[in-house]
Amino acid sequence: MLLFILRRILIAIPTLILVSMFVFALQKLLPGDPILVMAGEDRDPEVIALLREKYHMNEPIVVQYLYWAGDVLRGDLGISLRTNEPVLDLIASKLPVTIQLALMSMVFAFLIGIPAGILSAVRKGTWVDWLANLVALSGLSIPNFWLGIMLILLVSVNLGWLPASGYESPWVDPWKSLTTMIMPAFVLGTALAATLMRHTRSAMLGVLQADYVRTARAKGLRGRVVILKHAFRNAVLPVVTLSALLFGELLAGAVLTEQIFTIPGFGKLIVDAVFNRDYAVVQGVVLCTAVGFIFMNLVADVLYVILNPRLRTAQ
Amino acid sequence: MTAVADTPARPVNRTWRKLRANKSALIGAAVVTVFVALALLAPVLPIADPNATDWGAIRKAPSAAAWMGTDEIGRDVLARMIWGAQASLLAGVVSVLIAVAIGVPFGLISGYFGGWTDSIISRITDALLAMPFLIMAIALAAFLGPSLTNAMIAIGLSAVPIFIRLTRGQVLAVKTEDYVEGARAIGLGHIPIMTRYILPNVFPPILVQATLTIATAIIAEASLSFLGLGQQPPAPSWGSMLNTAKNFLSQAPWMAIWPGAGIFLVVMGFNLMGDGLRDALDPREH
Amino acid sequence: MTIRKLMTALLASVAMTTTAFAADLRIGLQEDPDALDTDQARTFVGRIVFESLCDKLVNITPELEFVPELATSWSWSEDAKTLTMQLREDATFHDGTPFNAEAVVANITRSQTLAESRRKSELSSVETVTATGPFEVQFTLKNPDATLIAQLSDRAGMMLSPTAAAEKGLELANEPVCSGPYKFVERIQQDRIVLEKFAEHYDADSYSFDRVIFLPIPDTTVRLANLRSGDLDMLERLAPSDVAGVQADGNLTFASAISQGYQGITVNVNNGARSETPFGQDARVRRALSLAIDREVINQVVFEGTYAAGNQPFPPNSPFYDQTNPVEARDVDAAKALLAEAGVERIAVEIQAANNPVQLQLMQVIQAMAAEAGFDISIKATEFATMLQEQTAGNYDATQVGWSGRTDPDGNIHAFMTCEGGLNDSKFCSPEVDTLLNEARSAIDPAVRKEKYDAANAILREELPIIYLYHQTWLWAMSNKVKGFTAYPDGMIRLSGVTME
Repeated sequence: MLLFILRRILIAIPTLILVSMFVFALQKLLPGDPILVMAGEDRDPEVIALLREKYHMNEPIVVQYLYWAGDVLRGDLGISLRTNEPVLDLIASKLPVTIQLALMSMVFAFLIGIPAGILSAVRKGTWVDWLANLVALSGLSIPNFWLGIMLILLVSVNLGWLPASGYESPWVDPWKSLTTMIMPAFVLGTALAATLMRHTRSAMLGVLQADYVRTARAKGLRGRVVILKHAFRNAVLPVVTLSALLFGELLAGAVLTEQIFTIPGFGKLIVDAVFNRDYAVVQGVVLCTAVGFIFMNLVADVLYVILNPRLRTAQ
Repeated sequence: MTAVADTPARPVNRTWRKLRANKSALIGAAVVTVFVALALLAPVLPIADPNATDWGAIRKAPSAAAWMGTDEIGRDVLARMIWGAQASLLAGVVSVLIAVAIGVPFGLISGYFGGWTDSIISRITDALLAMPFLIMAIALAAFLGPSLTNAMIAIGLSAVPIFIRLTRGQVLAVKTEDYVEGARAIGLGHIPIMTRYILPNVFPPILVQATLTIATAIIAEASLSFLGLGQQPPAPSWGSMLNTAKNFLSQAPWMAIWPGAGIFLVVMGFNLMGDGLRDALDPREH
Repeated sequence: MTIRKLMTALLASVAMTTTAFAADLRIGLQEDPDALDTDQARTFVGRIVFESLCDKLVNITPELEFVPELATSWSWSEDAKTLTMQLREDATFHDGTPFNAEAVVANITRSQTLAESRRKSELSSVETVTATGPFEVQFTLKNPDATLIAQLSDRAGMMLSPTAAAEKGLELANEPVCSGPYKFVERIQQDRIVLEKFAEHYDADSYSFDRVIFLPIPDTTVRLANLRSGDLDMLERLAPSDVAGVQADGNLTFASAISQGYQGITVNVNNGARSETPFGQDARVRRALSLAIDREVINQVVFEGTYAAGNQPFPPNSPFYDQTNPVEARDVDAAKALLAEAGVERIAVEIQAANNPVQLQLMQVIQAMAAEAGFDISIKATEFATMLQEQTAGNYDATQVGWSGRTDPDGNIHAFMTCEGGLNDSKFCSPEVDTLLNEARSAIDPAVRKEKYDAANAILREELPIIYLYHQTWLWAMSNKVKGFTAYPDGMIRLSGVTME
C-alpha cells in the first residue's frame, strides 16, 4: 500500500512540473502588458523600466521560468504584482474559503444526492424514480452562473432573505458564515448532487440484483433493512471513490460561483489574476489547484483499495 | 468522465432500435432539433433584425410587439435569442469536433504503441487534466483574443485531454482482442490496424462522450461569453446576453431569464441524447 | 459539546457581533484597491481608502478650492519658484511618530526617490524640499508650476510615518502607517479593508465611527442588494440604471457630483502605420464621427441622464470649462457632407473598448449612430492591460477610453496633447498647442491660464485627436441613517462630520 502511494507521488512530480511549464508559457503568451497598468495612470517611463527589471520581464521566457522555479524550490512563490502581497500568504488566506465552500457543497450534495439515488433505485420505474431523474438531469444541465444570478435576484434582491455576497470566517461568526455560504454552496453543489444521485442509483440497481441481496430478501428480511444494511453498504464503495474525485473538480467549479457571489476565494483570486495579468498569482494558484487535484485522485485510489477488501488481499 | 464499457462492433440497427425505444432520448433529440431548426432558419424567420436599436424602447417588458421584451439598447430579445442559438450550438459542436480531432488520434497512438510514447502522452494528459477546465479555457481565450471562433478553439483544446484518456483506455482494452492480433499476424501496418480494426471498435463510447461534451461545451461557451471572452458585440450569444443582463436584474429580469432558459434547454437536450446513446450502446441491459 | 451549549455559544457570538460593531461604517467599493502605499498606489479606489487613512498637506472643497489640512497655510515667492508651507503642530502618525517638517521632507523625498514610486512625475517640478523650521517647509522648484498645490492635495501630499517607511520599505503597502483619522487594522485581498478610529488624531471629534470597513464588491446589482439588506451602509459608483430605484426607496438616500475626468475616443492620428487611414489623417473624417454621435441620447440611453455630455477635457463644473463652446447637436447630414468632402463614402474603423457591459453598451450605441453617417465601426473588446499595450505600441485605430481627472486642469490635458506628453498615445503633435499648454502650466493667474486653455481647445476641437463624449458623475447611495455626507467632484468619501443615527 505504502509503496503504491509512494509510486503515485513520484509520478505526480513530473506532472506538476509540466503543469507549471504550461501555465507559465500560456501566461507569457497572453497579450497585454501588466507593467503598463501597474505603472499607474501617469505611466512614468522610469517606473516602467524598473518594474520590468524587477520582475525579470526583459529576460527570455525560459530564464524567467527558471527564476520562478528556483524561487519555488526555496519555498517562495513570489509576490503579487498588483498588491505586493506574497503569493503564499494569498493562497493561505484564500484556500480555507474555497475549501469551506467545497465542503458545504459536498455536504449538500450528499444530503440530496445519495438519498435520492437510493430512493430512485428502490422505486425504479415509478414516478419517484422519474422525478428524481428529471431533477438530477436539470441539475446537470443548468448553467451554474445563471442559477446563481437567478437566486440572487429572487432570494437576496426580491425577498431579502440571504446576503447576496461576501464571506465571513466560521471561527469569527458561524451564523453569518453559514448564511453567506448557503446560496453559493447550493449553486456549486447542484451538479454534484445530480452526479452523485445518478451513480448511487446505478450502483444500487446493480447491487439490488446481486445474489446476496436476493438471498437476504428470501430469508424474509424487511425491505428497509435489506436496503440499508446489505445493499447500500456495497453500493457506497464506488460513490465514495467518486466523491473524492469530484471534490477536486469542485475546487475548479468554484471559479464562476465565487465570481458571481463575490466570495474572496481561490476562484475569484485566479480569474482576477488572469485578467490583471498578475503572473505570480496565477502561477501559484494553478499549481496549488493541480496539487489538490492530484492529491484527491490519490485519495480516491487509496479509498478504493481500502474499501474493497478483495483488492486489498490481492495486493 | 464517465467510463463506458467497451463493445465489440455490433449491428447498427439494433442500437438504432434501442435508441428509438428510449423516450427520453427522443425528447432530447426533439429539443435539439427544434433549436437547430430555429438557428438555421433564423435568416428567413419573420423576426426583427437582432441588431436594430431603438432608443425609444429601452428595456421594455415582454409585450405583443416584442414577445420576449427588449434589451438595454432597445433590440428585440426574441430575435437575439434565435440568432444567439446559432452561436451556442456552433460553439458546442465545433469545439467538440476540435477536441475529438486532436484527442482521438493521440489516444490511439498512446494506447496502441505503449512504452515511451504512451508515458509522454499520458504525463502531458495528466498535467492538462490537473488544470481546471474553465481556467484553461479562460486563459486560452484571453490569449487568442475574444471572439466566438477563439472561444471555440479554447474550449476544444481544453477538452482534448478527456478524449485522449478515454480513447487510450478503450484501445488498451481492444488491442489484445483476437481480430487485432489476427490483423497483425497477416502483416498489416500500424495505421491500417488502427484505423480499420481498432477505431471502429472504440468509437461508440467516444460518440457518447462527444454528445455529453457538447452539453459541457455549450455551458463553457456561455461562461466565457459571460466573462466577455466569447461572441463580440453587437452579435448576440446567450452568454454575452447574460453578461449584460446581470446589470439590470431588478429592472429587466427578462433579459436574464430567456438566455439562461435557452442554455438550460439545449444542454438538457444534449444530455438526454447522450444518456440515450449510452444506454443503447451498452451491452449489459436488456 | 452538547447541542444546547453550542446553541448558547452561537447566540452569544451573534449578540456580541451586533453590539460590538454598532459604530461601524461599511462601504461597498467597486474594485479591490491595489497596494496601500501612497507612493506605490495607482488606483482610484485606493484613493478612497487613503482619504480616511492618511492626511494630506492640502485638502479641497466641493467647489475645488484648496484648503488647509496638514499644512495650515502656504505662500508663493515673487518668482513663483518657492513655496513655503506652515504645518500643523498637533498631528501624530499612527505609530506615535510626531508629524513635523522633517516628516514632510522625508515623505517628499521618498515620493521622488523610491524606485517604485508612482509619484515622480507629479513632483517633477520640485528641485529640493527643506525644513526651514520645526513646522515650516520650503519647496524650491525648477520652474514655476501652478499644479503643485493640486498634487499636494492628492497622493503626493499624503504623509506616511517616516519611521514606518524607513523600517518596512516596500512592505509598508501591507501595513500602511499614516496620520489620518483612521488607522489600518487588516486587509484581506478582494474581501475587506478594516480601519479603526485613531483617537489621537487632531480632529478626532469630527469622526464618529469606531471602524470603517471597505468591502470590494464589483457587481453593481450585488453591491446594491447588500446596501438594501443592511450589509452595507454606503456604496460608491451606483449604476446609473439603479438611480431611480434608489430614489424610490424610502430607506436609502443618494448623492452625486460630476467627476473631474472625461470619457472619449482617442484616435491614432500619428502613432505608426495604423494611423495612415483617412480617419487618422483627415480631421474632417473625425469631425464627421463626432457630428454623427448624439451625446444627449448616449447620456439618456446608457446613463439614464445622470452623467454630463461632454466635448472638452474639462467637466462643465470646472472653472476652466469653455462655456462658449457647448456640446453640439447631432447632425448626420453635416457628417455625411464632411465625409464626402474628405472623399470617403463609407469608412471602416476598429475601436477598442474596455471589456465591460457598460462600455460595450456605449460602443454599440455609437456604432448604431455612426452607421447612419457612413461609419462601419467594429468594436474590439479588450482587457485593460492589452488596451494600454496596443495603444502605446500604436497598434490601434481608435480606443474608447477615459481619464479619471485631476483637480488642476493641467492634469487633464498636458500629458495627452503635448508632443512629448507621457500619455499622448494618439501622438498628436502641434507646436502651437505645446506652447499654449506649457504657458498655462507655469502661469499662476487663473485668468491667464483659462485664456491659454481656451485657445488650445479651439485647435483641438478642429483636430479631434480625442473625441470627447461625456463626463462621468460619481453616484453614491447610502442608508438614510447616514447623515452629513458631502459629495466631492474627486469621488472621494470624506468622513468628517458623517454620522449614523
